[in-house]
Amino acid sequence: MIDAKKIQFLNGKARQIRRQILTMVHRANSGHVGGSLGAADIVVALYYEAMRHNPKNPRWPERDRFILSKGHCAPVLYATLADCGYFAEEDLEGFRRPGSHLQGHPNHTKTPGLDASTGTLGLGLSTAAGMALGAKMHGQSQYYYTLCGDGELQEGQIWEAALFCNKYKLDNLIGFIDRNYLQTDGNSEDVMPLDPLLPKWQAFGWNAFEIDGNDIAQILDAISQAKNTRGRPTMIVARTVKGKGVPFMENVASWHGTPPNDGEYNMAMEALADGI
Amino acid sequence: MEFKQTRQGYVDALIELASELPNLVVLDSDVAKATKTCDFEKLFPKRFFNCGTQEQNLMSVAAGLALEGFIPFPTTFAAFAATRASDQVRNSIAYPKANVKIGATHGGITTGGDGASHQINEDIAIMRSFPNMTVLVPGDYEEARLATRAAAYSTGPVYLRFGRDTYPVVPEIHGKFEIGKAKLLVDGKDVTIVTTGIMASEGIKAAAYLRNESISARVIHMPTVKPLDTEALLRAAKETRGIVTAEEHSIIGGLGEAVAGFLAETEHRVRVRRVGVKDVFGESGQAQELLDKYGLRGTDIAREARRILAGNSNAH
Repeated sequence: MIDAKKIQFLNGKARQIRRQILTMVHRANSGHVGGSLGAADIVVALYYEAMRHNPKNPRWPERDRFILSKGHCAPVLYATLADCGYFAEEDLEGFRRPGSHLQGHPNHTKTPGLDASTGTLGLGLSTAAGMALGAKMHGQSQYYYTLCGDGELQEGQIWEAALFCNKYKLDNLIGFIDRNYLQTDGNSEDVMPLDPLLPKWQAFGWNAFEIDGNDIAQILDAISQAKNTRGRPTMIVARTVKGKGVPFMENVASWHGTPPNDGEYNMAMEALADGI
Repeated sequence: MEFKQTRQGYVDALIELASELPNLVVLDSDVAKATKTCDFEKLFPKRFFNCGTQEQNLMSVAAGLALEGFIPFPTTFAAFAATRASDQVRNSIAYPKANVKIGATHGGITTGGDGASHQINEDIAIMRSFPNMTVLVPGDYEEARLATRAAAYSTGPVYLRFGRDTYPVVPEIHGKFEIGKAKLLVDGKDVTIVTTGIMASEGIKAAAYLRNESISARVIHMPTVKPLDTEALLRAAKETRGIVTAEEHSIIGGLGEAVAGFLAETEHRVRVRRVGVKDVFGESGQAQELLDKYGLRGTDIAREARRILAGNSNAH
């Protein structure tokens, strides 16, 4: 078990990151707020607890890597990287603005701390697979974490990568699916059904199981379980609430890619003020 | 005349390079027997990864390997590399400047019997439009070998295009291979023929036909379509009366448009005519028949040169 103090600290970090996400997207008047809020607990659990990394040495070869396959949720990653110290917090003000290193979708050649570039959906899992394969060839022991959207799983390339990771027994790859059931055009089960999702990954040879992706203790336990699995890649189907933490945004598909106006921003920041 | 495969030049180079570059790895997508990477696999099974018939994953996995310090050569047919996996080449490789060298075989119309779905006359256009991408189109076995070596020792994304058929060995294009540098094959002062890929041999033939008519044609070969050797083009524009480009590719977006586009923005008022596939899909047939039918011969190049010199560039 992870001690309660640590969980409390991580929950506080997640709240802080959520506030930063809202501020970035509101300031830019552009960006993806719903998915970023929903995935905040996973990204916080990784960067503040599970991953070995060093902001003072962003290219440390044996660091754990994180590949945000659902690249549109860049705000949650940028807010976290800035808070970890990879770059100045003021840089977040440039998000989606000309001249900034913070592109709408991650480009690792521009932003310190990013491990891979992602953008168009379906590419990140394959990139993570190539990286994880490379680490195995080097005989290195770090882990490769990736976060895919559930809507992203409708891309054919995801299933190409699923076959590939199984073939090469990439047990150093730990994937999360941000399973919030919502995508741009509505409920995933209406747009293009994905359920039953877990058996699909299991049938592809993965160590796959489901957790509450907004519960940091469950996220950390899941990572431990993944690390104890040898010879197979792990896919954690993380049930999340899109827009988590802001009641009027929760489970509403239209908050996928719409920035909040001033009134909505203030309401959202109030909702996230509790406990600070 | 000796004929050899350009794809064999590619794989022979990979085998040589394997001992020089311990981080070089090769990936294929279930066409290893056709691309010839099976020869590499036999010698270096631990440095070879068969992705099955999944060209998209192939390109993104290669990008991931490059991030870990490897020099990956994802290999597939040019039609699949450039179109099926175009998004992956653009976003996983070109945009983040991944050190990936794409080995694309079965480029152009000489893919032959498989027909238009597997021939590709659009790949150079697609690849050269991506920022950061170097595009190499070698003309024979030896140049394919040298281009592959140069790609391996360069930094950043490279698209290497080879053919399926056997092609004439062209001693004039051998020797030092430098990315971005054209090779002067035949000197001349009346008109310039600019070739890429397997059209080098046809360009040399065209110059010979023209010589019989007392026309002095210069032939320069550009195995690098991007970046263009603009100095060689400027000299040609200054010293000769016009330029004929020749490529086993569509006249849209390939060498011809690259050359014409560059020269149009210089002070030189020089005529350019393009020999290539004329905005049509190919069809099944033997490579040599298709080169005849689609107008990719020395006679076609010579005809365009005469048109330039006659000054009636609109005549058909």
